[in-house]
Amino acid sequence: MSDDPIVQMTGIRKDFTGVRALDGVDFTLRPGEIHAVMGENGAGKSTLIKVLTGVHTPDAGDILLDGKSVRFHSPGAAQAAGISTVYQEVNLTDNLSVAENLFAGREPRLGPFINFRAMRRKAKALLDDIGIDLNVAAPLSSYSIAMQQLVAIARAVDIEAKVLILDEPTSSLDRDEVAVLLGVMRRLAANGTAMVFISHFLEQVYEISDRMTVLRNGKLVGEWATADLPENELIGHMLGREAVVLEQIERAAAAHHVADETPLVQAVGLGRKGSIAPYDLDVRRGEVVGLAGLLGSGRTETIRLIAGADRADSGSLSFDGAKVGGHNPRTASARGIAYCPENRKTEGLVGDLTVAENMILAMQASRGWARSIPVARRDKLVAEFIEKLDIRPANPDMPVKNLSGGNQQKVLLARWMLIEPKLLILDEPTRGIDVGAKADIQKLVAELSADGMAVLFVSAELDEVTRLSDRIAVLRDRDLIAVLESEADMTTEKIVDTIVAKGGER
Amino acid sequence: MNSYAKRLMWPVLILVALIVVNIAATGIDFIIPSVNDGRLGGAFVNILRRSAPLMLIALGMTLVIATKGIDLSVGAVYAIGAAIACQMIIGQEDQSAAGLIFSAVALALVVTAVIGAWNGTMVAYFGIQPIVATLILMIAGRGIAQLITGGQIPKVQDSSPFTQLGRGEIFTIPLPIWIAALVFVAIALLTRKTALGLLLESVGGNPEASRLAGIRSKGITVLVYLVCGLCAGLAGLIGAANLGSADANNGGLWIELDAILAVVIGGTALLGGRFYLLGTTIGVVIIGTLEDTIINVGLSSQWQFTAKAIVVFAVALLQSPEFRGWILKPFKPKPEAAAPAPAPAEEVPAK
Repeated sequence: MSDDPIVQMTGIRKDFTGVRALDGVDFTLRPGEIHAVMGENGAGKSTLIKVLTGVHTPDAGDILLDGKSVRFHSPGAAQAAGISTVYQEVNLTDNLSVAENLFAGREPRLGPFINFRAMRRKAKALLDDIGIDLNVAAPLSSYSIAMQQLVAIARAVDIEAKVLILDEPTSSLDRDEVAVLLGVMRRLAANGTAMVFISHFLEQVYEISDRMTVLRNGKLVGEWATADLPENELIGHMLGREAVVLEQIERAAAAHHVADETPLVQAVGLGRKGSIAPYDLDVRRGEVVGLAGLLGSGRTETIRLIAGADRADSGSLSFDGAKVGGHNPRTASARGIAYCPENRKTEGLVGDLTVAENMILAMQASRGWARSIPVARRDKLVAEFIEKLDIRPANPDMPVKNLSGGNQQKVLLARWMLIEPKLLILDEPTRGIDVGAKADIQKLVAELSADGMAVLFVSAELDEVTRLSDRIAVLRDRDLIAVLESEADMTTEKIVDTIVAKGGER
Repeated sequence: MNSYAKRLMWPVLILVALIVVNIAATGIDFIIPSVNDGRLGGAFVNILRRSAPLMLIALGMTLVIATKGIDLSVGAVYAIGAAIACQMIIGQEDQSAAGLIFSAVALALVVTAVIGAWNGTMVAYFGIQPIVATLILMIAGRGIAQLITGGQIPKVQDSSPFTQLGRGEIFTIPLPIWIAALVFVAIALLTRKTALGLLLESVGGNPEASRLAGIRSKGITVLVYLVCGLCAGLAGLIGAANLGSADANNGGLWIELDAILAVVIGGTALLGGRFYLLGTTIGVVIIGTLEDTIINVGLSSQWQFTAKAIVVFAVALLQSPEFRGWILKPFKPKPEAAAPAPAPAEEVPAK
C-alpha cells in the first residue's frame, strides 16, 4: 500500500449559492485499496464524489490522477479517464435485456449490426466472473433491484475502471447479496482497482474497507486505517459529539414492558397469496414489535396487510377490540393506524409539495377536501413538529424533495404524528439516513411507545431491531416463523439462529 | 408566492410583447375598449370574448393535467353540448320560451358532466390511461353529436334568447367574458379555498403516496374529469349561441390541443402536480391574441398555424431552465458577481 496514490485531491473547495459544501478537503486513494468516505448526510460525501466524477467542478483545489493534474468537466470525461461510478439507485434501462444493459453504448459489432450472440456470450462470461448467475437475455426488470445493482456493478467493472466509486451500493441488497458484492470488491481490489465505498452500514464498512476518510460539515476530520479506528470513535468523529445517544435508547426501551390484557392489534391467520403466508401477530399498546428477517422474507408484506395498503385474502384482523373489515389506507388512517412505507420517495412523500403540505396530508385526507385545515392552525402544527423533530432546514415552504433523507423521514413521521395514531407502522425508517437523524428517530420511537403508542417496526439492521423492540417477530421465506419474547432471546445471534434453524428444518 | 410570480413571468412577458406588436401595427385602439350601442367593444375585448370557450376548457384541462391526466375528448364534448341544446331548441315552435332555453342548457350541461364523469371513471376505476380513455370519446363524441343532430346543422332563430349566451352583454361587458370570469373564480375558490387543490396536486405528484396517506384519489379524479366535461359543455353552449348553430363536425375542432397548449404555456407541467389557473388564463389570452396579431401585422391567415408553432416554440424554450441559463450567460457580468444575485430570489419564498 506504499505505492503512489492513484487519486490525490488537495484543498478541494466547492460552493453552492450561499453554502460552502466542501472546504479544503484532502482525499487520497491508493491502488488496490478500498477506501470508505464517512460522514453524516450533508457532510460533503456526495459533493466530494461528484467533484471526483466530474459532475461538479471544484472552486479551488487540485486533483491528481496517476500523478497528473486533471479537471473533469463532465462525468463522461471522468469515465474516459477510468473513474466509474455505481449509484445507489440503479440507472440502467429496465426493459432492455441484461446483456444489452451490460454492453449499451459499446456493443460487439458485426459490420454495422450488433452481434447479439457475442454480446450474450460476453455478458455471461462477465457475470460468471463475478459469481452471479442470470439469464442474460431476460429483461433487466425481471430481476430484483439487488440483482440489477449487481449488473450495474458488473458493467462498471467491465469498463476497465482504475477507480470504482460505489455510492451506497448495498442499501437494497440482502445479506447474501451483500456477501457476493463484498466478494466481488475483494477480487477487484486484489487486481489493483482502487475503490471508494460509501455506505451507512458501519458493519459492512468495517468488514471491507482498508481506510476511512471522515468528513463533517464540509470539512475534513481525518483519515485513518480502518483497523485503528474503533466504531464508537468513528461515530464520535462523524457526529462531532460523544455517541451516547444510542446507548440511552437501549435503557429507555428496556424500561417499559407492558402486559396489556387485550392487544391493540390481533391478526389471526392473516395472509395474502403469493405475498405472505397466514400469520398470527399481536401488538399491545405501548409496545414496540420489531420484524426481523432478510430482504424478501416478507417483512414489508406482513405490515402492509395490517396497514391496509394491501388486501388480505385470508384470516382476520382485529383492531382496538373491533373486527376490521373493508380495510384500506383511508379506513386504516380513520381507525388510527399510521403507515410510513419503506420507500419515502415513491410511496411516502409528494416531492413537489412543500414540507408543510406533506405534513398535513394525512390529516387533510381524513377531513376530506371540503374541510380545509385553517391556515393559522396548520402553521402552528407544522411549526410545532418542525421544532419537535428538529427538521432542518426549518422551512415549512421548501419543496420536500430538497431535504436530506433523514429530514424527509421526519416529515413523513410528522404527517402521521399529526393524526395522533394508536398504531404506528414503520418500514425501514432509518434506511439511508445519517447517524444523527437515525438516533433522533430511534429516540422518538422509544418516546412514543412510552406514551402508550403501539409501534410495528421493520429494519434490516438487527442491532436496531433488538435495541428498540419489546418483542421480535422473525420471518423467513414469506413466513412468520417465530416471535421472540424473552429478554434473553432478544439478540442478533438468536435472530440469525432462528432464521438459519428454520431453514435447516425444511 | 414568489415562485408563483416567477412561473407567470414568461407568459406575461410574451403576452405584453404580443400586445405591443399589435399596438405598433394598428394603433393604441387595439387595447383601449370602446363603447358603442351600450356594449363594450374594441379589438382586445373581442379577443377576450372569442377566447371564452377556450378559457373554460383550458381551466378544466388544468385540473385534469394536475392529476397527471389529460382529456382529449373536450372538443367532442363541446360539439355534443352544442348539439343537444340546439337540437332541443329547434324542435319547438316557440324558440324564445324561457323554460325551453333553461331546460336545453341544463340538459346539455348534465349530459356533458356525465360524459366527464365517465372519462374519470375509466381513468380512476378501470385504470385505463387517460390519453386512451379520452381518445375513445374524442372519436366517438363527434359521432354522438352527429346522431343527435341527425347529420344536419341545427340553426337556432336569431331572435331566440339562447343566442344571448354568446352575443349578449351585462353591464356592457359581453356575456361570454362574464361566464369565463365566473367559472375562473368558482374553480379558483373550489381548489384554493378548500383542500381540493392540495389533494389534487398530491394525487398528481405521487398517486401511490397519496393513496397510502388516505386520500380518496379515485373520487377526486372522477370529480376533476366531471368538471372538465362540464366546462367543455358550457364552452360548446357559448360557441353555439354565438354562431346560432351547432356543427357536429367542426364545432370546437382541435380545441383540446389549444387548451393543452394554454395550460402548458401557463406553467402547469404535463407530469402533473402543481397547477396554475392564472397561468392558464394568460396562456389562453396569448393564443387568442396571436390569431389577431397575424392578421394585424399583415400576414395572410395561412400563417396562423406556423405562427402559433413559433410562439409555442419560444415559450417552451423560455420555460426550459437549460435554455435560459445558456441564453443569459453572456449577460452575466462575472460568475462571482452573478452567483449572489439569484440567491435572494430563492430565499424569499423561504419566509
